[in-house]
Amino acid sequence: MPEPDQSVLARREEIIAALRAIVPGEGVITHADSLRAYESDGLTAYRQPPMLAVLPETTAQVAAIMSYCYANRVKIVPRGSGTSLSGGSLPLADGVLLGLSKFNQVLDIDLTNRLVVVQPGVTNLAVTRAVEEFGFYYAPDPSSQIACSIGGNIAENSGGVHCLKYGLTTNNVLGVEFVTIEGEILRIGGRHLDPAGLDLLGVIVGSEGLLGVVTEVTVRILAKPEAARAVLVGFPTIEGAGQCVADVIASGIIPAGMEMMDRPAIHAAEAFVHAGYPLDVEALLIVELDGPEAECAELIGEVERIAIANGAVSVRISQSEQERLTFWAGRKAAFPAVGRLAPDYYCMDGTIPRRRLPEVLERMQALSAHHGLAVANVFHAGDGNLHPLILYDANKPGELDRAEAFGSDILRLCVEVGGVLTGEHGVGVEKRDLMPVMFSEVDLAYQQRLKCAFDPRSLLNPGKVFPTLHRCAELGRAHVHAGQVPFPDIPRF
Amino acid sequence: MTLTSLRPRTERELTDAFADALHAGARLSIRGGATKRHIGAPNTNTLELDMRGLEGVVDYDPPELVLTVRAGTRLSTIQSLVASQNQMLAFEPFDHGPIFGEAPGEATIGGIVAAGISGSQRLSAGGARDHLLGVRAVSGGGELFISGAKVVKNVTGYDLPKLIAGSWGRLAAITEVTLKVLPAPRTALTCVLNGMDVEQAVLAMAAAMGSQAEVAAAAHLPGQQALTSLRLQGFEASVKARVQILARQLAHFGPLQQLTIAEADAFWAGLRTLAPLPADLPLWRISIPPSAGAHLARRLEAKGAKWLLDYAGGLAWAAIAPEETVREDVADLGGHATLIRGPASLRAATPAFHPSTKAFSALETRIRRAFDPAEIFETGRF
Repeated sequence: MPEPDQSVLARREEIIAALRAIVPGEGVITHADSLRAYESDGLTAYRQPPMLAVLPETTAQVAAIMSYCYANRVKIVPRGSGTSLSGGSLPLADGVLLGLSKFNQVLDIDLTNRLVVVQPGVTNLAVTRAVEEFGFYYAPDPSSQIACSIGGNIAENSGGVHCLKYGLTTNNVLGVEFVTIEGEILRIGGRHLDPAGLDLLGVIVGSEGLLGVVTEVTVRILAKPEAARAVLVGFPTIEGAGQCVADVIASGIIPAGMEMMDRPAIHAAEAFVHAGYPLDVEALLIVELDGPEAECAELIGEVERIAIANGAVSVRISQSEQERLTFWAGRKAAFPAVGRLAPDYYCMDGTIPRRRLPEVLERMQALSAHHGLAVANVFHAGDGNLHPLILYDANKPGELDRAEAFGSDILRLCVEVGGVLTGEHGVGVEKRDLMPVMFSEVDLAYQQRLKCAFDPRSLLNPGKVFPTLHRCAELGRAHVHAGQVPFPDIPRF
Repeated sequence: MTLTSLRPRTERELTDAFADALHAGARLSIRGGATKRHIGAPNTNTLELDMRGLEGVVDYDPPELVLTVRAGTRLSTIQSLVASQNQMLAFEPFDHGPIFGEAPGEATIGGIVAAGISGSQRLSAGGARDHLLGVRAVSGGGELFISGAKVVKNVTGYDLPKLIAGSWGRLAAITEVTLKVLPAPRTALTCVLNGMDVEQAVLAMAAAMGSQAEVAAAAHLPGQQALTSLRLQGFEASVKARVQILARQLAHFGPLQQLTIAEADAFWAGLRTLAPLPADLPLWRISIPPSAGAHLARRLEAKGAKWLLDYAGGLAWAAIAPEETVREDVADLGGHATLIRGPASLRAATPAFHPSTKAFSALETRIRRAFDPAEIFETGRF
């Protein structure tokens, strides 16, 4: 992280007084013990208490805080529920942690336009809870949905097991109220599709808290499908499972969810939740179909045929809602289940073209031997998003470093085979230094030019996403190279 | 009027063209099939950059649901290609040629993406922006850069493809796009309610969209033979079941009938070509909350406009006399209006895009300068 600015730390008391004038009462947190609650997020390997934390309750307060910090060059780290797996809300020693937890109201349920307006601190699951009595739900469902906030989902462009069919957060957000670092309050999008102007919503979603602070969110909701059924399929080889996934999609079926687990993950999950998973297989697939009863019945049969044709050795179709949820229980508990195998685990998040899966898993085993650490894999098989879980013990000297080196090697491998560093967890502080593996200096410069258009003083969540922080003024110089004469036969200007 | 036209065949030729233009202080107007060249203020003294030389499929892997093509590739070529693998571009892009009285078939994928063009299925499947996974492009600074990737799920870095989709050539010249493709439905059918007024039609479409019938597209054509159409598609057993769901949900609006395949094709084609609207009047594309569709339609009618509704009421196409304005009405209802077609005098006086707030346009301008520091794309068109 950037070196703390001593001149800012020296002004701490003055900054506290100014923020207390904006957010009265308990909203400005300064005591070291209380600040420890914010020292890390879901990526617990990194810890840093903030200089101070502020918990505003209104958009006007957020705007005043931003405007003060801009004028006084104080850094800000926004935070929702703090469940980021990439260190997106890791505080700064010389920064203000801006917590949105008090923005916890559902503001409007508009069934005619099929949308909900919420404050950003509302949890993902609470959106569905607010509309399920009317037969609707909010589709993106990250595994942390009980805790994670919609504001955090916007920052990270969160996915979940249903995003192959229903999209990521970005495909389900209609509008935001957004506060810039200068304290301007903007409304972007609303209750209509295709907002006017440049698609700022498109870049705000997934911007990891580096462009501004969202204070209100409009999401679209969908009618809950009539039925959902799952099929649990065991394969003797990874190749068979991978080919089954490809064949299901090639047959024209986009399942609501299609998850794969490898042998270590299957065993860990079964020992933890006793979901009845087969233990004599190398790969387990959970395929979920949703829609009208008639559609589920037809497609489950088709998936079963495809699975058997690809050498499946066990096929179980859920016969009740209870059984469907049991199939999922193991998968949803895979992280804590694997967590029981070792004192610590490190969750990776690369995406690969699905056809490269067998090769990637094989090479991952070689890397596992090389680094001397075990790995278990859960995999959003439909969209190629891998979640290797690296097992280590942080109390053993050097193991965290080895786990990180192993993780980096896995992500390099993902990029090498045509994939990406992160499918849904974000770059954050974790994968920041790997960005050059995927992007050239010029590619990153254009990312950062966008950043500078929103945040010219680099005060918002610095130290995340970008491996090198250029000063915005450096990027301002237009880079023009004199080319050779490409069209000799046209008039020159 | 343009000074002259350049037609690069490679990215290298394109960056060289930028270097020359930057050196000479020329402004560039980017074109593909030029089907949308009459949208925006008439502009002069620009150097035309014809992207059709950058053409062809780079990679298509149907089971991965990913297609990479060069920007100058014709939309029709791509649609035939994906159809041959029983797949589709789910955002249902379409060709603007017929709206301007020209033959179809010229639109390129680069132009579709740059203008963010989506058809009736945008309501359920998302727009061009939602299906754009990655781009290669040359910025106004003349530099080739990439953003996004060639996999369906990716959050690495800012989502610049979304920013570039719908930027109308003001940030970068797209050289290559990677799109998400989806399986084409095995069957599709269109159910209709006949003779409803627009108030009833908007309510019926809202009820349909809120039902479990998974309606793919919902549109209303007013008039003596008013038709409110709901498209269902997917697997046969499923579509059959959903017709029943829909008929139950909409029973109080009247009997639900089914169009023949030919009737359905003609109906949805009408929404792409806008054949039901007079071709000799200025044309507006109006985006509003769906529930405001009826109210908007009545206000437009009072001004003598002819209109139709798509996106379950959330999109109005309106043909209206040049002296009439629509923007105040639209802004009142929480939406915005784009001037798509009109005489040069109207387009010179009325910006194509709905004016935005001062703070929003200040931010937009900063972003434009970030990608186009020398104002090479500031042709005066938008």
